[in-house]
Amino acid sequence: MLAMNYRGPFRVRLDKDKPLPEIIHPEDVIVKVLRSCICGSDLHLYHGLVPDTRVGTTFGHEFIGEVVEKGPLVDKLQVGDRVMVPFNISCGRCAFCRQGLFGNCHESNPMATAVGGIFGYSHTAGGYDGGQAEYVRVPYANIGPTLIPDWMDPDDAVLLTDVVPTGYQAAEMGGIQPGDTVFVFGAGPIGIMAAKCAWLFGAGRVVIIDHLDYRLEFAEKFAQCEAYNFKRIGDPVVFAKTQTDSLGPDVCIDAVGCEAEGDMMNSLMGRKLMLQGGSTTALHWAINSVKKGGIVSIVGVYGPVDALVPIGNVVNKGITIRANQASVKRHLPRLIEHVKSGVLNPKDLITHRVPLEEVAEAYHMFSTKLDNCIKPVLIPPAARS
Amino acid sequence: MTDETKPDDFINNRKGKYEHIKGWGIDADRKNDPTYPMKNRTDEEILGYTWERPDSQPEEVEILKSVERPNLTAVFGTAAPPSGLSGMIRRMSFKYSESDMRRWVPLVLADRINVWEGILDDLSKGTIPNIPKERGWKAEWEHNRTNFTLKIALTAAVTTAAVVLILQQRKKNKAAKFA
Repeated sequence: MLAMNYRGPFRVRLDKDKPLPEIIHPEDVIVKVLRSCICGSDLHLYHGLVPDTRVGTTFGHEFIGEVVEKGPLVDKLQVGDRVMVPFNISCGRCAFCRQGLFGNCHESNPMATAVGGIFGYSHTAGGYDGGQAEYVRVPYANIGPTLIPDWMDPDDAVLLTDVVPTGYQAAEMGGIQPGDTVFVFGAGPIGIMAAKCAWLFGAGRVVIIDHLDYRLEFAEKFAQCEAYNFKRIGDPVVFAKTQTDSLGPDVCIDAVGCEAEGDMMNSLMGRKLMLQGGSTTALHWAINSVKKGGIVSIVGVYGPVDALVPIGNVVNKGITIRANQASVKRHLPRLIEHVKSGVLNPKDLITHRVPLEEVAEAYHMFSTKLDNCIKPVLIPPAARS
Repeated sequence: MTDETKPDDFINNRKGKYEHIKGWGIDADRKNDPTYPMKNRTDEEILGYTWERPDSQPEEVEILKSVERPNLTAVFGTAAPPSGLSGMIRRMSFKYSESDMRRWVPLVLADRINVWEGILDDLSKGTIPNIPKERGWKAEWEHNRTNFTLKIALTAAVTTAAVVLILQQRKKNKAAKFA
């Protein structure tokens, strides 16, 4: 089958002869992929920043598809069902899944306890092949995969596997109260969606900060929020204070993670020399901007090693930090309602629809922000015909 | 000391019983939970690792396991089992906990070695890696042609200059040796 193949930092290719995945656990299904996104966090793998990213693996944790084969213990799905597959692999039985923490499953990743299994996201996240291929093995098929309603556009469905739930949870973790001022750092797809969702929780003012004008212009329209370029506003922390009568925003969301720009030392330590688990610039800004007693919500991805953050200010300001991988399964019922009612239009985020065969070009384009790229979707040949 | 090879020791022996602590829980307020609504709190984990586990996936390839857990998870990925020199380094790093730099720094080294192993593997199969294609330079050509051309021209000029300088230096050294 056709499948993306990681060859090293900044190098991927399309293999034409990767063996088809097989059922190797009775609760597995094999899914024929219809759409697969490249996520901003895939770029951390692509840039070689995630430890234990092995050559030969297939990335892709945002995908939808059709069930073509199922294991003997799968009773919730039938062959032919079209499903959206949450990016996190969840057993549904461990203490964490049973409490709704589907992103923290204890039965899907033997290689690290800090993170549950994630499709196509290195061996640190379980060593699973991902969905940037024609077919993919999906474990625990009675739990994660969710039927795509007949009325739903596949482009909306694929964004419900990660981008929308992660953006939504970023806002949810912010504990936003009616009238709150929310600052979102990062105008990538997740940040834009977080800004959009902040309104659903009653935010009174939503501000997004980035350094790419085309993304800020997009965010301003898509999320109906204020958008500012940190290269023009001076110190973003001072800016946040001046915008909030010197007190700071009630909620700050870090939607950037380990590849944040804006601070030379952090970029050098976290991105170039890899001496810490990523560049923490956005997190610095979030912690230092937020109001005393405020909440910092983190959905940006960082590496597993230590990273420098102003922890003293967290203590002195009495900040609550909330963070997690999105619990996609928990959010889906509500988010499907939002898409149906038109409250959310996720597919508007998609800027590039690319044949799977051009996966290397798609990665390069997304990584270097060519052609005003915000969200690329890969489409396998069978899904195009 | 807990023996990590004995899973029973991972179970929280308190099992939620705190009668021996006077006043335990008298001010507990379940709504005072910073994880709400992320977590539908049931406190099941107080019992430890005791839930009914799913069937176990057969271990048909080598899987490296975190020392912070007693067993393999019921399912796991089999994308790229450890092999070669990078595999040896990975095996070594998995002896340390996720809290130890010795777990992660060697993995990054292994990843870089793995890149060269990948190239050698390609060559051994008669495939020459098409680096420009793998790096997606076609997209650069399509969407950023001027800068791309400048970069290529600059790289070619610097490389040529470096080669010329090295050759000239060698020539001088040779001449000095025989003078």
